[in-house]
Parts: sequence; C-alpha cells; structure tokens
Amino acid sequence: MRYLPLSTDDRAEMLGKIGVGDINDLFADVPPHALLKELVDLPLHMTEMEVEKNFNAFAAKNVAAGSVPFFVGAGAYKHHVPSSVDYQIQRGEYLTAYTPYQPEISQGTLQTLYEFQTQVAQITGMDVANASMYDGSTGCGEAALMARRVTKKKKILLSGNLHPHYIDVVKSATKYTDDVVITNDPTVNNTESLLDQVDAETSCVIVQNPDFFGNLNDYTEFAAALQEQKILLIIVTTEIVALGAIKSPGEMGADIVVGEGQSIGNGLNYGGPYVGLFATRQKYVRQMPGRLCGETKDADGTRGYVLTLSTREQHIRREKATSNICTNAGLCTLAFTIHMTLLGEKGFRQLAKINHAGAVKLRNKLQNVNGLTFLNKTFFNEFTVRLNKDAAEVVKALVEHDVIAGVPASRLYPDNDELKNDLIIAVTETTSEEDMEVLVAELQEVLNA
Amino acid sequence: MTIYYSEDHEWINVEGNSGTVGITDYAQNALGDIVFVELPEVGDDFAKGDEVAVVESVKAASEIYSPVSGEITAINEELEDNAALVNTSPDGDGWFFKIAISDDSELEGLLDEAGYKNFIAGLE
Amino acid sequence: MLNNQGRPTGIEDVNASTNGYQSYTGSRGLSQVEGLIYEIGDKNRTGVDLPEVDDFESCLGGFERTEEIGLAGLTEPEAMRHYTRLSRKNYAIDLGFYPLGSCTMKHNPRLNEKMARLPGLSDIHPLQPISTVQGALDLIDTLAHWLKTLTGMPAVAMSPKAGAHGELCGLMSIRAALEAKGDARSIVLAPESAHGTNPATAALCGYKVKPIPATKDGRVDLEAMKEALGPDVAAIMLTNPNTCGLFEREIIEIADAVHAIGGYFYCDGANFNAIVGKVRPGDLGVDAMHINLHKTFSTPHGGGGPGAGPVVLSEALAPYAPIPYVVAGDESFDIVEHDTTGKSYGRMTAYHGQMGMFTRALSYMMSHGSDGLAKVAEDSVLNANYVLASLKDIMSASFEGPCMHEALFDDRFLKATGVSTLDFSKAMIDEGYHPMTMYFPLVVHGAMLIEPTETESKQSVDDFIGMMRHLVEKAKAGETERFTGAPYNAPLKRLDETGAARKPILRWTKSEDE
Repeated sequence: MRYLPLSTDDRAEMLGKIGVGDINDLFADVPPHALLKELVDLPLHMTEMEVEKNFNAFAAKNVAAGSVPFFVGAGAYKHHVPSSVDYQIQRGEYLTAYTPYQPEISQGTLQTLYEFQTQVAQITGMDVANASMYDGSTGCGEAALMARRVTKKKKILLSGNLHPHYIDVVKSATKYTDDVVITNDPTVNNTESLLDQVDAETSCVIVQNPDFFGNLNDYTEFAAALQEQKILLIIVTTEIVALGAIKSPGEMGADIVVGEGQSIGNGLNYGGPYVGLFATRQKYVRQMPGRLCGETKDADGTRGYVLTLSTREQHIRREKATSNICTNAGLCTLAFTIHMTLLGEKGFRQLAKINHAGAVKLRNKLQNVNGLTFLNKTFFNEFTVRLNKDAAEVVKALVEHDVIAGVPASRLYPDNDELKNDLIIAVTETTSEEDMEVLVAELQEVLNA
Repeated sequence: MTIYYSEDHEWINVEGNSGTVGITDYAQNALGDIVFVELPEVGDDFAKGDEVAVVESVKAASEIYSPVSGEITAINEELEDNAALVNTSPDGDGWFFKIAISDDSELEGLLDEAGYKNFIAGLE
Repeated sequence: MLNNQGRPTGIEDVNASTNGYQSYTGSRGLSQVEGLIYEIGDKNRTGVDLPEVDDFESCLGGFERTEEIGLAGLTEPEAMRHYTRLSRKNYAIDLGFYPLGSCTMKHNPRLNEKMARLPGLSDIHPLQPISTVQGALDLIDTLAHWLKTLTGMPAVAMSPKAGAHGELCGLMSIRAALEAKGDARSIVLAPESAHGTNPATAALCGYKVKPIPATKDGRVDLEAMKEALGPDVAAIMLTNPNTCGLFEREIIEIADAVHAIGGYFYCDGANFNAIVGKVRPGDLGVDAMHINLHKTFSTPHGGGGPGAGPVVLSEALAPYAPIPYVVAGDESFDIVEHDTTGKSYGRMTAYHGQMGMFTRALSYMMSHGSDGLAKVAEDSVLNANYVLASLKDIMSASFEGPCMHEALFDDRFLKATGVSTLDFSKAMIDEGYHPMTMYFPLVVHGAMLIEPTETESKQSVDDFIGMMRHLVEKAKAGETERFTGAPYNAPLKRLDETGAARKPILRWTKSEDE
C-alpha cells in the first residue's frame, strides 16, 4: 500500500524487538469480542486511478459556478483567486506543518499570521485581530459569548437582517447558557429601530453590513448611543471585499467585528473550509477567543513571532477558557493573507470598485425587466429583487436554461410568506456583461410567460 | 502589624482590620515568569476560600483564593503594566489587593512565618 | 593550444576550518532573512492586474471609505519570494519525523489535494439549487457511510468544523436528549488526563466538570468512577485509547455503568488512529464520538487548520443531531436545512460543513480501503511500541507497556541532569527533529508523548531512536548547556515568550515618523 512503508520483514523484526509474536498481541487490552476478526464491510484499497474515477463521477454531477452565468451570494462569493495563492499554500512547508507551538521552527506560519492579523485589523478599522476562527458564523457566536464576559450582562439583541445561519449559530451557542437572545424579523429595507429595543440588561447588539439583503447602513450614531449604555456593538461582514469601498465597522464605532473572509484567497468549496475574521478593541484583548500571534525577540535579539496570551485558551484554562476552540483556519488564513498582499491597498480598493460597478450595471439592466421590482436603496455587490412569482420556482426554471440566478430568500426563510417572491442576486468581478445579458433575457421570459 | 500565610502560598499583612494580600516567594518561583494578574474590583465581596484573583504565567494560570472574608478596598494598579513585580518583589511591591477583614477569627486558621517555613520545607 | 581558463576544483587550498563569518545581510546560505510585507511593500504596489472601470453612479449611499486602509502590496515576483522564503522557516511532515503525540502527524497524500481541486467539487456554492449539486451530496453521504461503518454507529453529524466543535456537537446532543426527558442534569465526568477542549466544551454546555482519577496503570479508576456517578451526571467524556496512549480495558463496564444511571458516553475520537478498522466504538458502548479528519484521515494540518470534526451518534442521540444533514432518497439526494421534528438542537455553522476536508478524507479512505485502514491502525501501534521498547531502558516510560499508537514518557530520567523536558525538546530541534508533545497529558511530570504514526518507515523510526539515545546519553553525561541553550541550529534561537505576553504586540503599526 503506497502510504505504508513498513514491509513484512520490518514488521517481523519490530515485533521481535517488542517481544510479542503477533500484532494482535498489542491489542490485548481490547475486549475480545470487540476486536474485529474480519475487515469492515467497505471496499478494499484502490489505486490512484480508481480513486480519481470515483471523484470525477461525483464532480460530474455538479454544476460548477464558473461554467454558467452565476449570481449566488448570501454570505459566500465567487471571486477570482490569483494562481500564486494556490501554488504557495500547497508548498509542503505550509501544507504539512502543525500549529506553531515550537516557534523556532515555525516562523513561516507565525510571520504570515502576524501579517494576517495586521491586515484584518486594518480592513476592519479595529485595534487588534486574532489569527482566525473557523468561519464568520461561529465567530459571530463567539462574539456574543465574549460580549457576555466583557459586560457581564445577559441579553443579546440580533438584527433581523443578520444572515439567518448566523442567527441560528448564535442561538445554539447560547442554548445552554443563561443568555437571552432576542431576534428581530427580517425586513428587506432594514426598518428596524434597534435603539428602542435595548435596555440595562443588554450586553450587545449584532448587526450586519452590508446586510443579508444587501442594504448598507451607517451605524456611527447607533454605536455612540450604545456606548453610553455600556452595550457592545458587534458588526458582521459576510462579504469582506465590501470593506474596500465602504466605511469600516471600526470607523463606525464597533466594539467587535466579525467577518467571513472566504471572498479573499478561498474558493466556494461548497460551504467550507472558510476563514473567520475576528477583531476588537485593544482593551478587550484578553477576552478575545482564538489564537493570537505576537512579536518578540530571540536569545540573540533577533525579531521573531510566537503564539501568545495563550492562557485564554482551552489547553491551559480548560473549563475557564474564553472558548473551546483549538484549530484556526490555518491554510485558509494563509490563502487570505497571500491574496490580500497581492492586492495591496490599490488592488483591494479597485477590486471593490469593480464589484460595485458590476452590481450597478446589472441593476440598471434589470430596470428593463417587467415583473421585477428592485428593493434596495443602497447596496455593494448584492441586492434583492421582488419578482411577480415564487422566486424558488423562477430559479428552478432558469436552471433548466443553465443559469443560476441567485438565492431565493425562501431557501433560508421557508416559512416567511412576505419573502416568497424575493431573490437575492450577487455580482462579482467574475460576472461578465454577457452573463448579465443572459440573466436579463431569461428573467424577462420567465416572469412574463 | 502581623503577617500570616496560607497553604495556598498567599501572605496577608494585617494592620488593624485591613489586610494586604500577595503571594509568597515560593509561589512566584514555582509559577515562573508572571505575565499578567487578573485582580478583583474595589468594592467586591469575597468569602474565605473564594477565587479572588488569577496569576498567569506564559503556560499556566493559577487561581488565588482569598485567605479571609471581606471587601476589597484597593488593588495594586502597578501590576497592570508591570506584572514582573510579582517575581521581583513578591513580598513588597508585588502585592495584589487590600481587603477589609470582616471576621478576624479567620486569621487563626492561617500559619505564622515559622509555620509556613515548615510547611514549604515539607513540600520539597 | 591548451585552455588555461579552467577554474580550480580541488579543495586543498580552501580554508574551510572557520565556523563561518557573521553575514552582513543576516541571511545564511539558503536560510534567508525576510521582513514584513509592510517593510518590503507599499500602498502603490500590487500583484494583480484589474481592469479599469468606466464612471458610474455609486449606490453606496454616501458610505464610501475615505480613509486609507494602510495595506501593503507586493508584485507577484516579490510575493512569491516573500512566501517562499518564509515557508523555508517551517518544519513540516514533508521534511521529517513529527512525533507529536495526540496529533497524528501522518503523511498528507497529494492525491487528496488534486481531488479537492476538481472544479466540480471546489467551484460549487452551498446555496446553489440542490439539483445542481447532487454529486456533492453523494460525496457527503458516501463519507458518512464510511464513517458509520468504521465506527459501527447508526448516524453521523457532518457539520462540525473541527474536533473541538465536534465535541460541542456531541455534548449538545446529549444535553438535548436529556432535556427532552426533562432531566438536563448538571455534571460531566472527565479524567484528569483529558485534553483541555473536553472541560472547555462541557462548560459551554452549562455543565460542571468533575475529574475522575486514574489507577496506577494509567487507566480510569472504575471504582472511583462508579462512586462519582449519580442521577446528576449527564455524561462521561473519555478518550480511548486515552491520552497516555493506553486502551481503557474496562471500557464496556464504564459504558454500562454510565448508561445504568441514565447518562451518556461521549468519546473523544482524537486517538482513533490506533483502532481504525480493528475496533468499532459502537461496540464499546459509545453514544457520541467526534472524529478528527485532520488526524486519522490525513487532511493536512496546514499550520493550524482547517480541521473537520464529524460526530457519529447512537440511536438514542441521532434525533437531536444538528441541522443540516444529507438525506439519500430513492432518486436523488436532499439536504435538510430546517428542522421540522422540533428535536434538533439547532445549527452549528453556516452552510453544510467542511466540504473541502470531506473530499480529502474520502480520497484517503478510498485509497486505503478496509484492508489498508486496518493496517494503518496496526502499523501505528507497531511503530509506537517499537519506540517504547527501544527507549524504555534509558528513558522513564510512565507506564508498563504495551501502549497503543503513542508512547508516554516523563522527566524522571532527567532528574539531577539540570535538563528539563523543554530543554530536551529544544535539543531535538538542533538534531533536525520536531519535538514530541510536551507537558501533556498533565497527569505525569514533564510529559513527553511520542506518536510516530504508520507512515514512518522503519529506517525513519530507527534514526529517531538513535538520535534520542544520543541525546539522553549527553544529558546524563552532564552536557547541560547543549540543552539549556538550545536550539542553536534553528532559524531562530529560543524566543522570549514572557516578553510577548507581558507587552503584547499583535500587529504591525505605522510609526509616527513614516
């Protein structure tokens, strides 16, 4: 077997050294009836060719986003990742390295984490960021728990325009704590009055910008009002490219920022692995979950990097840890930072501009479609339209014509009649003018059939 | 003023009904380089034996238990920027907090200097 | 004509006896010094070509970002050099033996990477219409089938994003099951040797952890455990084989005792590599077990992630599993994204789980097959025992063997040498090895936990043993400085972790005079 170097002779020699006759002698502690006498009922080993055949078969039954006009977003976005990124993350020194607990031989991982932390702090406009969470949604759950530790209060208020999956994750993260979670209903034009809903027991308010339906909001005044009441403002961003064009959550006065970093450096991958961004104010650093990389010196006085403030983490604090999290997003974090470096200030802003310009262009084209109302006043690269019929049915019809038109809101809100005809459409730099023309034509036909 | 010791390696320097609390030289040596001390807030109440502070080194966090019951009247703000004081001056500048002792009969359960010296000799 | 332009090729006249000169650049041969992107790059440079955009009317509502972000950019050649230079400062499995106990640092097959990058598997969105991702759902269902068959369990929750996340899933399912009976209980039992994620996870579920002591031979003290059981115990969290590398002989009795009081048995599957294909946790009475795909099933460690932690569940716990999950119908696959039963405890993450890791893990499993996987367990146990047998005469093994897939030593053999476990580990770095797991589990002093895995050849293990024997000899011979000042040969010397924690500098910041 190509991954198992021990030969029959090796095994015999080693058993001899150990002093047993048979390999099963080393399994003597297993209750006899539990030690399997036969192989489990699964196929025997396969050659590379056979494995590839199986996987090509799986792949062939899927429609790849790049193969058709594609407008799906809702928290994960198809962007172009430069070829160097994937090449670098496949280097064995990055791919097959462990968590940098031995810093002297892990400076590659550690320095890239330090650069990543800096980039995240900069784009979110915050003081400090950690070395990544699993993804944006679990980061959001962790942020709610962190707010509890900081404020010592128990009420969490969730904007109805937060990504529904993120809402669900906060709910399950607090299911068995004594936190109280209040969730507003979604409103396509974001007509919440969150300030009226907070009180002395509120620890935090969690909002999303751009929100789930694509609307943009300025939370600056809201942040100031919350600060007076010692309530933390948590701002979530699921499309990180937006921060190249819009006011950062830090500038608005957020206390904690949670982001989904997938758009940078990472493909769609059917939902994972992604990369959670988490940033906060300097004064809350010790309450932040996740790994942190810090600068230091070695015995010769040379600058180097180490994981630090580890006493917040599970391997030391155990049941009193800020979180149970052990891994971070590792390779996805690296992909993010490499892509961000290749973009730089100029590239990141330009990328954001192109995304917004594309969305504006499509919006303009869609004005000519009968049976479609445009709902957003503001948007970045994603907006919601109301159709004259069930949006899920329309999407289904368009699949027959090899167009994937977007996400029907009902996919995430199956019981909400008000949103039944709403379709969320995303545009990125990968969307061509041709793609847009096809979408417009197809919609025109289906909506007026 | 009298100094008492606990078996958890805290000292309490009692003057009247106020005590200043810190950890002993033995403790700071065992803990290694101290990087952070999480202190209680002034005004907080604790019972004897309650977890009142946490001392962090790089690789470990140790709970500090209140040697007596009472209300915190002051905390050592120097420790925020200079946790190293606990290592360099555990009996002096590395003090943690001052507490208003609510029940001084609790002091009887603590060790005196000789008693503590014997105690740590027994640990070696 | 004789060509006298040749250059000398002998070494007789070369004075190579010095230890090298201090380099001007700070680099040394192939080991290059490398600054931060903020020191090398600037705000104008970029390694991506992006088209210009014609003027258009912005719909950002006046929320434009006007302030400079401060990012540094590099062109492509500069970026390639930056990241390549940095990569060479990392130890990796591809470079050498990585005996980290409890981490299972086995070879990461590249076939897995190729399969994960097939456009039909990597370029699909979790919210695409379900009819357009039947292959993805088939893959997830197939992996689920392999996991259930290998563990002998009827159900599996695929969405947890990592091992610790899986532990949370398992414990939440347990709590949900208990709450459904109106009896949430408040205590979880876990051995003192448990991995830190275990108590941290229990706390997140609102449970208090009570430790169970171990016997002198490193296993759970069954009698003490039975005494700790009561109507208030929701579950026991055990790792098997345990964190000392030993199989819990009385595991069935333990499971029976917990079940008898109405509690559940959570098994931390971090050490599954020792028994995969040879023992099924379902046969041992386990109710829930997370599987670290990045340990047993070779998905790459990537410098710290991403992981994946699907959780196999018993019949009793299956109804409480989180959403979403894949359902295989007669004609097609479906995903259940909203709970209609009222029993699921909720959703753990956005979307469906770590698909990229599913692909890699399944590719690994199919490559090995049932025969290969059983051999994986056997060879991993063989390699660990060979290390134990070859070192126990000069190092202090914490327990009488045999062990399972990892061997535990403690620092008694270093007594009176002035060398600590940490010092010993740093000296291993000088020999070109990554140290084993240090100071875990906490139940022995100065723990050294060695897990070779099955992908090490006998030659590789013999080399490791030879190196360890050499170091032990040096320590016992009093050559303390070699250890206390180590590492000397790594890209950096020992780092000041105290300073990093006292005055944390967690990002680069522009200095005022720039």
